Amino acid sequence: MNVIEFTFLVWAGSLVAGFLGSLTGLGGGVVLVPLLTIFFHVDLRYAIGASLVSVIATSSGSAAAYVKEGFSNIRIGMFLEIATTLGALFGAYLTAKVPGNAIAIIFGIVLMYSAYVSRRTRPRTDVEQPPDGLATKLKMNSNFPDTSGIRPYNVYRVPTGFGVMWVAGALSGLLGIGSGALKVVAMDQAMKIPFKVSTTTSNFMIGVTAAASAGVYLSRGYVDPSLAMPVMIGVLIGSLMGTRVLVKTQTKRLRLVFSVVIVLLGVEMMFKGLTGGF
Amino acid sequence: MKPLDDDRVEGLIANLLRMGVLIAALVVIGGAVPYLGHHPRAHAGYKTFHGEPGNLKSVHGIIGSAFSGDARGIMQLGLLLLIATPIARVIFSAVAFAIQGDRMYVGFTLIVLAVLLYSLFGSFLIA
Repeated sequence: MNVIEFTFLVWAGSLVAGFLGSLTGLGGGVVLVPLLTIFFHVDLRYAIGASLVSVIATSSGSAAAYVKEGFSNIRIGMFLEIATTLGALFGAYLTAKVPGNAIAIIFGIVLMYSAYVSRRTRPRTDVEQPPDGLATKLKMNSNFPDTSGIRPYNVYRVPTGFGVMWVAGALSGLLGIGSGALKVVAMDQAMKIPFKVSTTTSNFMIGVTAAASAGVYLSRGYVDPSLAMPVMIGVLIGSLMGTRVLVKTQTKRLRLVFSVVIVLLGVEMMFKGLTGGF
Repeated sequence: MKPLDDDRVEGLIANLLRMGVLIAALVVIGGAVPYLGHHPRAHAGYKTFHGEPGNLKSVHGIIGSAFSGDARGIMQLGLLLLIATPIARVIFSAVAFAIQGDRMYVGFTLIVLAVLLYSLFGSFLIA
């Protein structure tokens, strides 16, 4: 393949990934690395570098759309970013030490897990509990606009959430993904933050988390401009298109299809990793 | 002037981020045009990892090669600007927390900022 063909095909593939990722809320970054390594035979490190850069573009580019709704909690986000950025630095450090095949296997597991998380219906037992001392001290309890007006919420289990966030950051740095699914789990499941607040705050945090490992990737030479260029532009346009259509379409079936694609890519990544394909 | 409440801060931050991404994308495209124009028929292969040359790996090197007119350097500068947008966001948050008089969150924000700056400028120490 020559430069023009390669650039165009990578751009088109990234555009579709970004579009489906934002339309289904599953994130486009998670399919980029399998797309680049399996279909375009890109070295895993270059793929991870290009993917991570595009994760920043999506997070920052779509922030405006989310912020307008007034759901995200800037204090929760900033406090937890201490955990995600430290985790991301550690994860990025690990990419040079862990063999490519092991990274591919971990990638496969994370792909399947994020598909599973998105399919699961979560039983929420919202029993009224007294406010948590630590969360109160950290000024995390807040409110958000609900269908029935302004709804206050309390935050719980801050240390658990902080720990899960560190893991989310480490995976983001190791695999070049946004780790949005795990960030939402930390806030929604562990810290009992309302789902809408969790998803929008997570989107806000993804860019900062990714920036923490991007510096390490850059200095190791993982970020190739000729490859990252079509990936970044494609994902950015795709995800902005996705947020536009988001409100109008029924995404249930599309989510199912995209989840199946993610699981298949996960299986392929694991298989290639186990057979020494990286 | 309206009080600097959390909603207003977030609105300003969102616009800052969107502007940053737009500028970064334009610079990347500004490098992509000469890059694609110069060697459109060259072979594109990323099968084996070579690492980037020194001038595309450090902030200093990237700025230097972009301003010397190198197409790949310009694209890399765009990507560097993109990486800088979340950092700008964190700096802005620190200022906003300081104006609100929230010392605790100024502290948290500065920790995050230190990690980000270390990654960008000091990570060659562990890489």
